[in-house]
Amino acid sequence: MSQTPTDIAVDVQNVTKRYGTTAALANLTLQIRDNEFFTLLGPSGCGKTTLLRSIAGFENISEGTISLFGESLAGLPPNKRPINTVFQHYALFPHMSVTDNVLFGLLRQRVPDADARKRVGEVLDMVQLSALAERMPSQLSGGQQQRVALARALAPRPRVLLLDEPLSALDLKLRQEVRIELQQIQYNTGITFIFVTHDQEEAITMSDRIAVISEGELQQVGAPRDIYESPSNRFVADFIGETNLIDVTVNSVNGDTAMCTLADGTAIQCKSAGDATTGAGHLSVRPERLTLTASDTGDLSGTVKRLTYLGTDMRITIELNDGTTLTARMQNTDDTTLPDRGDRVGLQIEPGAARLLTD
Amino acid sequence: MAGVIQAGGQTKSNTYTGFGPLLLLPSWLIIGFFLLLPVGMMLIYSFLTKEFRGGVIWEFSLAAYDQFLFDRGLFGDDPPKIEWTYIGIFWRSIWQAGLATVLCLLIGFPTAWFIATRSGVNKSIWLFLVTIPYWVNLLIRTISMKFLIRDTGPINEWLMAGGVISEPIHMINTAFAVQLGLFYSYLPFMVLPIYASVERYNFALSEAAADLYASRWTTLRHVILPSVKPGIVAGCILVFVPSLGAFLAPDLLGGAKNFMIGSLIEEQFKGNAGNWPFGAAASMILLSLVLIALMFYARSQRQQGHF
Ligand SMILES: Nc1ncnc2c1ncn2[C@@H]1O[C@H](COP(=O)(O)OP(=O)(O)O)[C@@H](O)[C@H]1O
Ligand SMILES: [Mg+2]
Repeated sequence: MSQTPTDIAVDVQNVTKRYGTTAALANLTLQIRDNEFFTLLGPSGCGKTTLLRSIAGFENISEGTISLFGESLAGLPPNKRPINTVFQHYALFPHMSVTDNVLFGLLRQRVPDADARKRVGEVLDMVQLSALAERMPSQLSGGQQQRVALARALAPRPRVLLLDEPLSALDLKLRQEVRIELQQIQYNTGITFIFVTHDQEEAITMSDRIAVISEGELQQVGAPRDIYESPSNRFVADFIGETNLIDVTVNSVNGDTAMCTLADGTAIQCKSAGDATTGAGHLSVRPERLTLTASDTGDLSGTVKRLTYLGTDMRITIELNDGTTLTARMQNTDDTTLPDRGDRVGLQIEPGAARLLTD
Repeated sequence: MAGVIQAGGQTKSNTYTGFGPLLLLPSWLIIGFFLLLPVGMMLIYSFLTKEFRGGVIWEFSLAAYDQFLFDRGLFGDDPPKIEWTYIGIFWRSIWQAGLATVLCLLIGFPTAWFIATRSGVNKSIWLFLVTIPYWVNLLIRTISMKFLIRDTGPINEWLMAGGVISEPIHMINTAFAVQLGLFYSYLPFMVLPIYASVERYNFALSEAAADLYASRWTTLRHVILPSVKPGIVAGCILVFVPSLGAFLAPDLLGGAKNFMIGSLIEEQFKGNAGNWPFGAAASMILLSLVLIALMFYARSQRQQGHF
């Protein structure tokens, strides 16, 4: 995709945020495109909220610049930024009805009263809350409060919408429904969404692109599929989905492929991240891409330690001869024959499924 | 997460509701004995005939209310005219108490906000400082104030010694002195309830307001003040009501010309010169005014849907 400067909604350049001596954000550079559903993903405490608050203007960054559609946001207070936030705990105004909450931003923007009320009606329709317009926040369930928070942030038609773990307080079923709705709303309104989550499944299913962050540092940016299939380092592979990390010796690296030797001497060709070097390394293989074979065939061999029934499939834990445990997944179909605990089995790595990672 | 979303009142368990009336029994006994009984006695006394040397004769009479409201001349046989003396005293009291409330609010709100936004132990230290005046009896404090502001008191002496003024500023026995006394006596009653409200205020709401394009002023007016309003209302009631009935500050600092209702009532029960039914009637009128004001307030709240 070619990028003219206005394709970039939010441009984060070399941003560092320090609290005392600890850096919550360390020299972070990110570009968020206009109209995209962008997700900041990382474990709790990695700096996601800090980055979001810096974009909204609630935190002063220590170094670097943040620009919105090409213009620096430095020195602009939150109420002057055309950016709205869905707060993690919603922060609805408890003394105002749903309508008044949603109206709040519009009135501050001096939208004429009639227009503002019309727009409140539209937005409440969008989040399916029209029937509850006159309720007070305390009379709403968690899921309904979350929708009010979303409606309130959408009503002023911000250029960028920030969402800080908006689904974390909802139960699983509701969370899955809201995911789809959020995606739909983002698509329909064309507003750039910056969505924060520590839930990798949420990130993968909702986003156009994901930035994986660890300890204030950017690990990888890319489409969900890139991140899942081509993690750029061990942290990303481990954090996104389930993976097996197998110790190998790297014999040669040639562009983005490498030749490695497994512990028992089997040679294997694999894809590699750009900065791979020869010597010790790790192969990442997703469980669904390991196939069980007869004992003493395949790339690896080991003993079945545990079988876990997961509904649609079966998770099989296998201990290799050197003590490493790996996980494989098998579909539950009528004609799969499952091994028993204690059986000796072989493991076949699907061609192209192994990826060489740096630490 | 569960505690974060407050579903108004829906989480209360019903397990203990059966004990409700029993739990209130001690309160009802205390209120009955020490509040309703004396007020009832005052109500009855206000309709009795005065005993010349204090006390009452058990004979129904409207004389006390008549004396309060009407002037019937020196011998009591002129056509009745409105008696402005006592209404004037009431008016002055309401005015002084109202002003004290406004001043306490203007100073008390920022103070409470400051304390509530300190961290951990600092908060406790500041709160402790606010309560220090209560270690000394109000009478002693009011007398000290009298010494401070009199013509030959330290304030005037220092100002004259420093060459700022050549004549002492006359402060004692003025309405200003009464106001100073009221304001000083009741300021903590404003600070503490507002502090409690601000303490509970969710500061994320201020951020949400700023996020939605509100200036600081708009945030204060539309988000902060409505949220801490219960504390402000409590503070205003706690300052206004006792100010209205105060007698120490007007007696000691205001002198004869700055009489307030409290002093008027106090006078009727003190020593042998008093008029108990008249004092009781004045109390009843004061009580009615306060109750009417509170009722109007409660009604305006109900109409706004806050109850
Ligand atoms: N106000 C603050 N003062 C000091 N440290 C803070 C403050 N806010 C956040 N931090 C620290 O910054 C790091 C990142 O926090 P945060 O952005 O909230 O993480 P996340 O949202 O990813 O869970 C954490 O280590 C946290 O302890
Ligand atoms: Mg966070």
